[in-house]
Amino acid sequence: MRRVKIDKIVLSDRNAIEGSTLSVNEKELCAHLLEDRHLKSVSLEVAHPGESVRIIPIKDILEPRARLDEKQDSFIGVISDANYQAGVGTSVALDGVCVITSGSMVNFQEGLVDMSGPGAEFCLFSKKANLVLVMEPAEGITKPEHERAVRYAGIKAARYLGAIGRNASNYTERVYPVYTTEERLEKFPKLPKVVYVCQAIAEGLLHDNYIYGVNAQGCLPLLCGPTELMDGAVVSGNCAAPCHKHTTYHHQNNPIIEDLLDEDGRTLNLMGVIVAPVKTAFAEKERIGRQVFKITQMLGAEGAIISEDGGGNPEADLMFVDRLFEKAGIKTVLITDEYAGSDGASPGLADVTPEADAVVTNGNGNQRVTLPPMQKVIGVLDSVERITGGHAGGLHEDGSVDMEIAGIMGSTNELGIENLRTIAI
Amino acid sequence: MNAIRTIHYINQFYGQIGGEEKAGIPPSLSDGPNNLGAQLEKAFGGAISIVKTVICGDNYAAEHGDEVKDFVFKAIRDAGAEFFIAGPSFAAGRYGIACGSLCQAVAKELKLPVMAAMNPLSPGVDIAKRDMYICQAGDSARDMRNAIAGMARLGGKLLRGEKIGTPEEEGYIPRGVRVNVREAKRGSRRAVDMLIAKVTGQPFVTELPMPTFDRVPPAPAVADIEHALLAIGTEGGIVPRGNPDRIEAHNASKWKSYPLTGIMTLRKGDYEVAHGGYDPVPGNENPNRVLPLDVARACQKENRFGSLLEEYPVTVGNVTAVRSAERYGHEMGLMLKEKGVLGIILTST
Repeated sequence: MRRVKIDKIVLSDRNAIEGSTLSVNEKELCAHLLEDRHLKSVSLEVAHPGESVRIIPIKDILEPRARLDEKQDSFIGVISDANYQAGVGTSVALDGVCVITSGSMVNFQEGLVDMSGPGAEFCLFSKKANLVLVMEPAEGITKPEHERAVRYAGIKAARYLGAIGRNASNYTERVYPVYTTEERLEKFPKLPKVVYVCQAIAEGLLHDNYIYGVNAQGCLPLLCGPTELMDGAVVSGNCAAPCHKHTTYHHQNNPIIEDLLDEDGRTLNLMGVIVAPVKTAFAEKERIGRQVFKITQMLGAEGAIISEDGGGNPEADLMFVDRLFEKAGIKTVLITDEYAGSDGASPGLADVTPEADAVVTNGNGNQRVTLPPMQKVIGVLDSVERITGGHAGGLHEDGSVDMEIAGIMGSTNELGIENLRTIAI
Repeated sequence: MNAIRTIHYINQFYGQIGGEEKAGIPPSLSDGPNNLGAQLEKAFGGAISIVKTVICGDNYAAEHGDEVKDFVFKAIRDAGAEFFIAGPSFAAGRYGIACGSLCQAVAKELKLPVMAAMNPLSPGVDIAKRDMYICQAGDSARDMRNAIAGMARLGGKLLRGEKIGTPEEEGYIPRGVRVNVREAKRGSRRAVDMLIAKVTGQPFVTELPMPTFDRVPPAPAVADIEHALLAIGTEGGIVPRGNPDRIEAHNASKWKSYPLTGIMTLRKGDYEVAHGGYDPVPGNENPNRVLPLDVARACQKENRFGSLLEEYPVTVGNVTAVRSAERYGHEMGLMLKEKGVLGIILTST
């Protein structure tokens, strides 16, 4: 993984990386995105840390990435073919840049990012140089078409920017070894074998994820090497509430995979990553949970981390698989967040099981915050009253907002990319 | 800092008026602290000045809650007090409920800092713990010294506006609420650390304990049953005709105790089923089949046990919140214990 450090974006008439500044050819990128006839308009905005800027409503956030080989596309299988092996070879990331998709709302699960003030304490996106795509849909298209158009635009923009990084001369590189199962068993015979199970919601409009470009609604669990997600093997269709949906950025930079790779070959033997779709029907939860269990057993795993995606019914999947694992002696850690009410007094999970004795929580999404007015709003401010975490009357005349942190992108991220948690008092 | 003007609430026993026989006395107001209040003032190190002491009988407080609350509110307003202390009440039932209810009312309605000390088993805890910090105390006045020291330590922090830490650090009863805090390590790293600990058999602490239902171990057998005071009780809703206290047919808000003195059997028509969760016809026909008084009296006659408690606790266990059920169980247990009951047959429907 080659990382090109960027801390500033300039809209320009050319593409370039000079020092840590990224220049973006505004006209060319907009024209590229407007090739999709489902979009009526696209405009670009930039937002940097510390600025008095509020971005809302946000659908997805992506990190610009490219494969060094120009014949290969990052976000494998989306729009282009899945015709190479993700997770091996060299990939390039513009580290410090995010592509944010915005514009009029598709559905309630869209969120907010503040670039300064108390709201900026809650997510890493407030600390990035952000390129915001403000997009309006063409007349007469359906909501699913609108969602797909903005999702594709995010992918195309992240690829477009990522490609600029191919020629950058200043970068750092980290090499992640890719082992076969046989090599793992030979090299690390004494280390505990573990897997990581990454839930990916697949429950309909604005609740879907895409695995190698396939809607996860049509997928059974997929076994991956840990580096595959870095190439965009999972793309977010913006699932669940803003605070705890995994954006595509989170999947690309999955912190559990990063932290497991830091231990891989030292204290643990990471046998694989299982991406597990989450659907609503109990029959599907059983079907998928059993497959996750089967793959884990086939790998001989003794331990597992399972991360939740979203909240509510995915907790049934989480607890179901935890029970299967623990009963088979697979030592399991769950990672979740809570909806414990604004007073923190309600049970925070929709399902529990006594076997779940090792749980990491990433905070209570119902915590209330008041966000002061910002000088500039990118997007549509009044949508703050309609997104998850907002409420009618939450937007005040002066532009300040009363809301729950549930509406802030990634504030209680269940991959544990932030450092929020709850404690009992 | 000037000493904070404080009102101190205590019951008739700690007010040195009397024991159970004085439990019916209405609230009275005296100037300054009594003995107990003086110890509190001393423990607070001059930070508080108890300007008035409210003394009230436990039964009076239990039966006239609103009146006692108004009395305390008036005392606070008249004295211009800025702090309210109740107890310590340890594991006491009625006294704990009074302390908890009054502290809760003062905290919520007058927005003043409050302090109490109770044993976690006290029914006052569930009433007030979410709205205040209750200093954790032992189950009786033997723990008075600790209780006072704990109240002064925690109360002093409250009055100084200092940040209150976790229950373990500060010695208060967990409030049952979860608050967001920042950790040094991000969530993913904590999960990986927890996994390493768990797979290698090292200790780890979950961040989110699963709610568990209490497992109550059966009490040991009654040693000397021939001399023991026993009781009968039910969640089956057998109540006197007309359900005088209006125990609800589901999610009951209360439990009650009704007399059995001189009653040898529960006659059809004198008692009825208030429970909304089962077919009431057989129970109305013969209430003994839910609350077996007829058999209890027969056994009593045969001297199979010492004596029968001449009242029975009853509620309706139907779609009842676990939290309520736990509270009723605690309260019934305290009542039975106070009466010296050594065993009870609880029937369930």
